[in-house]
Amino acid sequence: MDRSGAEALLPSAEPVRFLTDSGAAVRGRQRYAPPEPEVLRRAYRDMVVGRRFDAQATALTKQGRLAVYPSSHGQEACQVGAVLALDEGDWLFPTYRESMALVTRGIEPTEVLALLRGSAHCGYDPYRHHVAPQCTPLATQTVHAAGLAYAERRKGGDRVVLAFVGDGATSEGDFHEALNFAAVFKAPVVFLVQNNRYAISVPLERQTAAPSLAYKGVGYGVRSEQVDGNDPVAVLAVLAAAAEHARAGHGPFLVEAHTYRLESHTNADDASRYRSDAEAEQWRRRDPIARLEAYLRRRGHLSDEDIAAAARRAEEFAALVRERMNADPELAPMGLFEHVYGTPTPQLDEQRELLRTELEAEEALS
Amino acid sequence: MTTMAQALNAALRDAMDGDERVVVFGEDVGALGGVFRVTDGLTAKFGEDRCFDTPLAEAGIVGFAVGMAMGGFRPVVEMQFDAFAYPAFEQIASHVAKTRNRTRGQVELPLVIRVPYAGGIGGVEHHCDSSESYYAHTPGLKVVTPASVEDAYSLLREAIDDPDPVVFLEPKKLYWSKSEVALPVRTEPFGRAAIRRPGADATLVAYGPAVPVAVEAARAAAEEGWDLEVVDLRTLVPFDDATVVASVRRTGRCVVVSEAAGFAGVGAEIAARVQERCFHSLEAPVLRVTGFDIPYPPPMLEHHHLPNVDRVLDALDRLQRDDVPDTRHLGGAA
Repeated sequence: MDRSGAEALLPSAEPVRFLTDSGAAVRGRQRYAPPEPEVLRRAYRDMVVGRRFDAQATALTKQGRLAVYPSSHGQEACQVGAVLALDEGDWLFPTYRESMALVTRGIEPTEVLALLRGSAHCGYDPYRHHVAPQCTPLATQTVHAAGLAYAERRKGGDRVVLAFVGDGATSEGDFHEALNFAAVFKAPVVFLVQNNRYAISVPLERQTAAPSLAYKGVGYGVRSEQVDGNDPVAVLAVLAAAAEHARAGHGPFLVEAHTYRLESHTNADDASRYRSDAEAEQWRRRDPIARLEAYLRRRGHLSDEDIAAAARRAEEFAALVRERMNADPELAPMGLFEHVYGTPTPQLDEQRELLRTELEAEEALS
Repeated sequence: MTTMAQALNAALRDAMDGDERVVVFGEDVGALGGVFRVTDGLTAKFGEDRCFDTPLAEAGIVGFAVGMAMGGFRPVVEMQFDAFAYPAFEQIASHVAKTRNRTRGQVELPLVIRVPYAGGIGGVEHHCDSSESYYAHTPGLKVVTPASVEDAYSLLREAIDDPDPVVFLEPKKLYWSKSEVALPVRTEPFGRAAIRRPGADATLVAYGPAVPVAVEAARAAAEEGWDLEVVDLRTLVPFDDATVVASVRRTGRCVVVSEAAGFAGVGAEIAARVQERCFHSLEAPVLRVTGFDIPYPPPMLEHHHLPNVDRVLDALDRLQRDDVPDTRHLGGAA
């Protein structure tokens, strides 16, 4: 590869920004086309709903309705932007922190939360929504994303796949193998790294000495970019370009979004042990919802009524989530043996009978 | 004459001929045809889209196969050697094995992971591991290991057609074993063990590379007046309890022959299952003849490690034919 070729893969020296921290438009020429106002209005509404959903899920966890909940409060621009930058038929490969993105995709909230509630490992049909199961082992799903994207391309379709990962997961070998495979096979994958600066407690400085995580693309021949992950306009602009790049047959695209998880890793974590309030406060001032609201209002694309409508919609959605999550899920213990293999082995049939006997004995006692 | 490697090659060729969704990939499987030539000629016949080389990264290969299987293909991937499959273990244990279960049957992963395994070929370190226990212990995987040329063809065809992921363990030392079979051939399906030699005095249960050892031992024992039955498991998962149990209940004695280290291995599982199901038919403890509990030895020492005919015959001597208890293992309890 000649030098200009390598340089064409490199990210911008600074994260792409369309909005200042206060939501004013950044001056100067942009490398990426801005999203249409209608997309931004939708993004605003979905971020407001998404944040309310996230708060509701956290509250339900405190009430014992979820086993665990990894919040994405503060990362709304990435969660919503990733979904809106793609078509409905495009695939998402989420981690466990993508509940907000999956709700934005339109998956029923109790199906999204089944994993974290503890009622099922995956609550939704991946093929119906074009969303892979939420992945708990880090970065392993990025290789699946590359394989599925290659399969789609081989079948002659123009579907794109977006794989979510965090900053910590970029240290895992599978992330690198995924970038390499996707590049070698020109698989249409957008790798979205939500760099929220902490892998549970371990800060970014311990994950990498690279100038930015986006520089990890060039070594694999993957076009890369870094973006202000709390700037919804920039996130949408860059991800739309990345998806277009992949869809056009140019291969994968790596995007690093600089953002921040305002809550702890999960409800079981205590962020005060490894980071300061002052640091979190700085990020609160870059709130993606406030920035987009200020920007759209200034441009006349968002009225008081629109803002009130979004808030109403968020409350309605939270009420629906509460209602559905407060009802006990239906559990089917006998189903435990059903999907280990397409056809159960004789040994599983024997074990199923054992459980059936136990359940019948329990029933007789109650 | 057809070798096992040729039969495997024919199985891949016929499966690819019959179903366009079947794709073969891995390290050196293209122009070279695999280090054991099992994929020989597939790229030439079917093109780069159907049989292709990948980057040298086993987790990537298996993870990519997961994605392709989700996307409607039927990948058959090659791990070059047993110990080189370990980087893929997380993909295999956390995703290949569990995706059907995770999605309650909505996502099937019809893929095959071929692994040349076990020793006896003078391979240096990392080329001779018996890794079957890792896979057999992981619910969601089917684990298959042929010991005959016929089974190599038939079981691989069945593995490719199976809706579940299959870890297909190919005994390296049997790649060059031969048969006059005319291909294609179909043998018993998954989950059925085969009686390689009928007998009345004791049952030898073996699989993969240990099957020829068991058959040879039975032949030698016959000269000493023992009439041994040899059961070839063929598939470790699903496991054929019925055939094993029927045999041991008939013979009353059982020796499990397995090349892997014995501790916590498949051989231990077989011995436990036989004991649980045949206790009242047993005339003697169920014994195991396995590799030692040591890392696989250097090539010049491997013959000390591998179960051989003499060790099987020695075990037979301990089966209490004359009702004399074997005190050899009682030292620790005294």
